[in-house]
Amino acid sequence: MRVTQGCYSFLPDLTDEQIAAQVQYCLDKGWAVNIEFTDDPHPRNTYWDMWGLPMFDLRDAAGIMKELADCRRVYGDRYIRMSGFDSSHGWESVRISFIVNRPKNEPGFRLERQEVGGRSVSYTTRAYALDRPEGERYADQ
Amino acid sequence: MNMQQSITVRGKDRYKSGVMEYKRMGYWEPNYEPKDTDVIALFRVTPQDGVDPTEACAAVAGESSTATWTVVWTDRLTAAEKYRAKCYRVDPVPNSPGSYFAYIAYDLDLFEPGSISNLTASIIGNVFGFKPLKALRLEDMRLPTAYVKTFQGPATGIVVERERLDKFGRPLLGATVKPKLGLSGRNYGRVVYEALKGGLDFCKDDENINSQPFMHWRDRFLYCMEGVNRAQAATGEVKGTYLNVTAGTMEDMYERAEFAKQLGSVIIMIDLVIGYTAIQSMAKWARRNDMILHLHRAGHSTYTRQRLHGVSFRVIAKWMRLAGVDHIHAGTVVGKLEGDPATTRGYYDICREDFNPMTLEHGVFFDQPWASLNKMMPVASGGIHAGQMHQLLDHLGEDVVLQFGGGTIGHPKGIQAGATANRVALEAMILARNEGRDYVHEGPEILAKAAQTCTPLRDALEVWKDVSFNYESTDSPDFAPTATPAT
Repeated sequence: MRVTQGCYSFLPDLTDEQIAAQVQYCLDKGWAVNIEFTDDPHPRNTYWDMWGLPMFDLRDAAGIMKELADCRRVYGDRYIRMSGFDSSHGWESVRISFIVNRPKNEPGFRLERQEVGGRSVSYTTRAYALDRPEGERYADQ
Repeated sequence: MNMQQSITVRGKDRYKSGVMEYKRMGYWEPNYEPKDTDVIALFRVTPQDGVDPTEACAAVAGESSTATWTVVWTDRLTAAEKYRAKCYRVDPVPNSPGSYFAYIAYDLDLFEPGSISNLTASIIGNVFGFKPLKALRLEDMRLPTAYVKTFQGPATGIVVERERLDKFGRPLLGATVKPKLGLSGRNYGRVVYEALKGGLDFCKDDENINSQPFMHWRDRFLYCMEGVNRAQAATGEVKGTYLNVTAGTMEDMYERAEFAKQLGSVIIMIDLVIGYTAIQSMAKWARRNDMILHLHRAGHSTYTRQRLHGVSFRVIAKWMRLAGVDHIHAGTVVGKLEGDPATTRGYYDICREDFNPMTLEHGVFFDQPWASLNKMMPVASGGIHAGQMHQLLDHLGEDVVLQFGGGTIGHPKGIQAGATANRVALEAMILARNEGRDYVHEGPEILAKAAQTCTPLRDALEVWKDVSFNYESTDSPDFAPTATPAT
C-alpha cells in the first residue's frame, strides 16, 4: 500500500527539483520550513520527530534541501515530511505538509474490530510495522 | 437623496394620539452617525407606487424596531429615542428605478446576546410583510465587535479542522452519496468506502437523508463508519463522512449526534431548515464533543435568490458564522447552482477572513470585524468535475471543500476511479500553482500531463469535457469595480 498523507501522495514521488520548488513557495510566503521523520505512520500520529528546529531563519531553498539530504542519510528508511509553518495571527499552524521520503515497502495497517453493544463496532487502526520497536521498524529494507 | 434635515416631531406633539408618518416619528434621522456598537442593516426597499421612498425606508426602521401603526403613549415610559432604529441614509439603487438602499442603525440593547433567533425576529420579522412595500431585501449587516463577541462561533474552525484531519495546503475533497434517496444502509456504506479509499477526504449525506423506510439512521451510521474505518486503514489518512443528524426534534438530533460520536465519526451534519436555535444548540454540542459541524443550506434559495425580495446569502453566511457551524455550502461559480464570481467571492470572504473591508463590487457593504471568531470552511458542491480544477482553485482558493458527487460516482470506471481522478487533478494543480505556473491558463495542459500517469483522470477528462453551466446569474452585485485610468 501507499500511505497517502500529505499534499502530494497521489502524484509520483517528487524529484528533489520539485521539492525545492515547493520549499521556495513556502519561503516566499514567509513560512518556516520544518523537516520531520517517523516510523509510525498512524494517521493520528501528530508528533513526528523533528530534524532540528523549524528553520525560521533559513531563507534559502538550497540550504533546506541540504538539511533534507542529511536527514535522509540518517533516516532514509523512514517517512520524512516537510511542512511550512505560518505564524501569522489567525492561523499559527501548518500551511502545507508533504511526504518527501518513504520506506521502500509500506506494509500498511490492520483494522481491528471489536464487537461491542448492539451492532456497534469499535475500530482500531494499527500499523503492521509497529509490531517491532521504534527505530527497527523498517530497518531491514 | 438631498433631504438631509431631520423632520422628527419633538416634545408632546410627538405623542398626540393618531397616525403619524414614520419619518416624523424619529425613524428617519439623516444626521445620525452610527455608533461603533450599533448593528447596521442595509435593506433594498421597493415601495409601492406613490409611496414616498424616505417614508418607506423610515417605516422599515420603525417596523423592525419599536413602531406600531399608530402613536402610543407608552413610548413615554421608555428611553424611546434610544430604542428606535434610525434610518440614516437612503440611496437610489443604481440602474434599478423604484428601489432604494436604506441604511438603518439599531442600538445594541435591542438584541439579546448570542441569539440569532432574537436578531432575526426583529430584522426579518413582521417588516417583510409590510403592505406599503412591494418588496424588501436584507442585503447586508454590520455586526459590531461587541455583538460578535457574544457568540461562540464555529465549533472547530478551519485551522483546527485541518489539524484534526492532518490535511494542509490543498482544498479538501468530498462527495455526496448518490442516488440521494433509496439506497439501503449496506449499499450506502459501499459508496462511502469506495470514494474514501479512492482518495476523497469526506463523503456526505444529502440534505434529505434522515431516517426513511429504505434506510433508518442507525443502519446508515453503522455502515458508513465501517466504510470510513476501512478506508482509513487502507490509506493511512484520516477520513470522514458527514452523518446528517437532522430530525424532527432536538431530542432525536442529540441522540443521533451521540451515536455518531460513539462510533468515532469526526463530523456530523445538519440542515439549515432545522432553524437558527437548533443550529446554535448543535454548534454548542459540537464544541463540547470535539465534532466538526457541517451545515447544508437546504431551503436558502427560497429567500436568497431573487434580487428584490428576501435575504441575501451573505447575511445568512454571517449569521451562520455567529451561530457556530464549521462548514457551509457557499457556491461553486462554475457548477450547476446559482452564483456569479464576484458575489460568491464576497460569501467566501465572510466565511474565511478575520476582517472584511467594504467591497461593493463583491456585494459587501460594510467593514465587518470578526474579532478572532473561528473561520468557517466554505463548501463548493453541485455540478463540478475534475476538468474544472484550475478554475475552482482560482475562484475558491485553498480553504474550501470541493464536493464532486456525480463527478466521483458517475465515473465510467467506478467510484474509486472517480475519487482518484479528482485527487490527482487537485494535487497536480496545487503542485503547479506552488511552482509558480500560470495554472489558470495552463490548467488543461497541467491536467492532461497528470492524466498521462493516471488513467482514471484521463477517463474523467474525456467523459465530462463538454460539461459547463453557463446561465445568467439572477443575483449579481449592483456596483461595478471602479475603472482605473490607464497609465
